[in-house]
Amino acid sequence: MSAPVKVGPGQGRAFLGVLGRDLAVTGKEFGSFISQVLMQPFFLLFVFGVVLGQLGYVTPGYAQLLLPGLLALNAFFVAVQATAIPLVIDFSYTKEIEDRLLAPLSTRLVAVEKIVFGASRGLFGSLVMIPVGYIVLDEVNWVLSGLPFAAVLLVLGSLAGGAAGLVLGTLVSPRKINVVFALVITPLLFTGSTQFPFLQLENLRWFQVICALNPITYVSEGLRGALTPAVPHLPGWLCLLALVASCLLFGAVGIQGFVRRALD
Amino acid sequence: MSTETTTRPSADEQTPDAAPAVEVRDLVKRYGRSTTPAVDGLSFAVRRGEVFGLLGPNGAGKTTTVGVLTTRVTKTSGLATVAGIDVATNPVGARAVLGVVPQRPNLDRSLDARGNLVWHAAYHGVPRAQRGRLADELLERMGLAEKAKTNPDELSGGQAQRLIIARGLMHDPQVLFLDEPSTGLDPQARLFVHDRVTELAASGVTVVLTTHDMDEAAKLADRVGIVDHGKLLALDTPSALVAALPGEATIDLTITGADVDVLTGRLGELRGVSSVEDLSGEAAAATHLRVGCDGEAGAALPPVLAAVADAGAVVSQVELGEPTLEDVFIDLTGRGLR
Repeated sequence: MSAPVKVGPGQGRAFLGVLGRDLAVTGKEFGSFISQVLMQPFFLLFVFGVVLGQLGYVTPGYAQLLLPGLLALNAFFVAVQATAIPLVIDFSYTKEIEDRLLAPLSTRLVAVEKIVFGASRGLFGSLVMIPVGYIVLDEVNWVLSGLPFAAVLLVLGSLAGGAAGLVLGTLVSPRKINVVFALVITPLLFTGSTQFPFLQLENLRWFQVICALNPITYVSEGLRGALTPAVPHLPGWLCLLALVASCLLFGAVGIQGFVRRALD
Repeated sequence: MSTETTTRPSADEQTPDAAPAVEVRDLVKRYGRSTTPAVDGLSFAVRRGEVFGLLGPNGAGKTTTVGVLTTRVTKTSGLATVAGIDVATNPVGARAVLGVVPQRPNLDRSLDARGNLVWHAAYHGVPRAQRGRLADELLERMGLAEKAKTNPDELSGGQAQRLIIARGLMHDPQVLFLDEPSTGLDPQARLFVHDRVTELAASGVTVVLTTHDMDEAAKLADRVGIVDHGKLLALDTPSALVAALPGEATIDLTITGADVDVLTGRLGELRGVSSVEDLSGEAAAATHLRVGCDGEAGAALPPVLAAVADAGAVVSQVELGEPTLEDVFIDLTGRGLR
């Protein structure tokens, strides 16, 4: 049969159609999207980097350590939220996703689209933190030659976030979404080595172990290695490896969960 | 780009032995750990261009069957094809040739009415240049031209249903599945939906609809399959189903001034009359007879009335009872509540 021949380009087009819809909707709601994305990291940066610095509670170099961490945080978090929250609502109440599940596209590819879309929002949310950092902080001393590697890390961090969002979005029932977000999101927020360098936790070993389980740690640490190598950091290859592993693990579990929810 | 256009088996209408529009063979679907299957060995085939009704009480397995055919429910065993494509082995191919109007509105509320149509077309690879024109055409046809920029939240039930039908047609499907298309609609909206279905069938689209509304099935469907407990109980044209009913047409007569026993005897000897029953209560002033007919009640009426006149009786009331699809339905599926 000629079926497999036509399926290839057809599915590619359907994939772009579904992704295009998500991007177009984000474009329409751009104002609210950008304010959601910026509010939390902006205040974190302002209070910890500027206010506490001027009051003398933190050393002047702290902001340098914090900014890459906030980039990492946003890449992962914005992606998690962009994927998870709409999926919980779609699968449980509105069923709005059904029209896309009925597109000539394999259900797995619809799941992949959700990851890619979440990741693109995460990546964007992370990149807009760069100008914010330059505006809020007096000075940003980055090693610019580290930017390409930093970009790779951000892409992987966003993809891992999108995949983790798929896991949450397909596993959690809407009645429990508040509890799960409180129990999962808050710990993730503070165990991602965003606000401190991972290697200097050696006196808090148990906390270091917990941080090692958070994928954000590897984005934060990798970014520090690339952009602010003076701060102690994990080796780049380890960060890459850990992020690829998180993408694969969350991706596999998330796609499986998605197919289970999509098909009866 | 041109591969898409060659995928449609366009010559099928001319080939008499082409695959049926929809075929279900020994289909079984068992959900999770449930002991009783929702669909239990169902088989039927729908011809191209036909309007096919799946009629059954709530929970009979209609929606599950449509779910399997529209690739949203995975079958336990058996075969299900749409336009000759096995929905289990090639769901992506099947989705390209089928359209779905679900039981519950699932419009995309992040998009306006027209956006729902245009993006649906994009998912289905309709070339960009055609999407807008097609959307405007369908909005017009569904009486929604003024609602193009409206959010689905602000549409009435009937408008939303029309928009969903329009969406299902955007990619020019060969088979359109409508699951309970007029549940919850007012009579005007219902009639509009019915007219569109008839129109679609006339244009060559095969329509499969599920309903528990007898009138809807009798009016729209060329053939009706009656389903209960996941099994097919009967399959035929609505009129043939009614004709095969063991129950029969009746003539109810209210008469005065006759010797009931004599009249009953005479009526019983008439051709076309199968039974005569005296339904009058003991204290009734008039006699009430129910005459059962072999064929249509209308055909038996003249001789019956003549016999009554011969007996010197006066008829004060005549009521003809023709069996309907509802009688067939109740006869097959029972009176128990679901």
